[in-house]
Amino acid sequence: MEKQYKTIGEDAWKNNVEKVNAELFIFTYGSLVVQLVKDYEDYAAVNKQLDKMGYNIGVRLVDDIMARTSLERCSGFTATAEVISKVGFKLFLNVAPSVASWSADGKEFSLIVDDNPLNDFCELPPKAVQDGLWYSNVLCGVIRGALEMMQMQTEVEFVRDVLRGDDTSEIRVRLLRMLDEEVPASDD
Amino acid sequence: MIHALFIINRSGGLIYHKNFSQHIVQLSSNEALIFAGTFHGIHALASKISPAPKRDTPRDTGIQTIDTKNFRMHCFQTPTGIKFIAVTDLMQTQLTGALGKMYMLYCDYALKNPFYNLEMPIRSEMFDTKLLQLVQAH
Repeated sequence: MEKQYKTIGEDAWKNNVEKVNAELFIFTYGSLVVQLVKDYEDYAAVNKQLDKMGYNIGVRLVDDIMARTSLERCSGFTATAEVISKVGFKLFLNVAPSVASWSADGKEFSLIVDDNPLNDFCELPPKAVQDGLWYSNVLCGVIRGALEMMQMQTEVEFVRDVLRGDDTSEIRVRLLRMLDEEVPASDD
Repeated sequence: MIHALFIINRSGGLIYHKNFSQHIVQLSSNEALIFAGTFHGIHALASKISPAPKRDTPRDTGIQTIDTKNFRMHCFQTPTGIKFIAVTDLMQTQLTGALGKMYMLYCDYALKNPFYNLEMPIRSEMFDTKLLQLVQAH
């Protein structure tokens, strides 16, 4: 099963996706974050804003994955995790973070992003580290937005980041509940 | 050949409607909206009454085609709940490929347009043009 997602992701990435210059992408993201830091002057607010932006990206991007691949409905949250890593991340960032640290109830997992392309060329100033800036927080929003469109309400957050001196970057995804399949018809 | 296309959003609202041939009557915008709402409801019901035998069989995806004496209607629902509905002649037995391509156009020219609001009607010239090309090439 895992293998199959890997193939789907790689095929779609090779044949079906337009590529842009990675440096252009990384620098654009970098200047976006720096601008937010200047505008808000508060790292917590920047985190929040990045998450919000990501959410708005995620709710649109998820259709892109579905249109470009022939994925079946996931059999469970375990499969969802694999798809996020092997297809989602692969398609847009060309990395496939490993899925790890499942909670006992199977509703929580971590994505270990060893080589987050957004981090390239970036060094956080000590003040940003100290005040808790999660530089790539946009990714959390993207995952949350995308899953919400697939009827899954989640909480997504960074727990470790190499930019902050940790040994690896880790995104924690927590499934809160499944939203109703169809919007019920209004009774009026 | 494809006579017409409807796109219906997650809550049953019509977000796109276009005729591609003279052989089809132009519905009034009100009629088109009613069609969208009604179809949305029937589609949802159809997946409910599906006699799915076991728990682990995947949910029914609802109506896929409707046949009449003169035309066939094809419905493709994306995992996010958007429905693409095409009206074709009876020669057209399978339309999944073309509808999938329309889904891609929707992603590229509606969703990726920062000024497009989700769930709202699609008013994009580029989308119109590309769609027309796709239908004509079909």
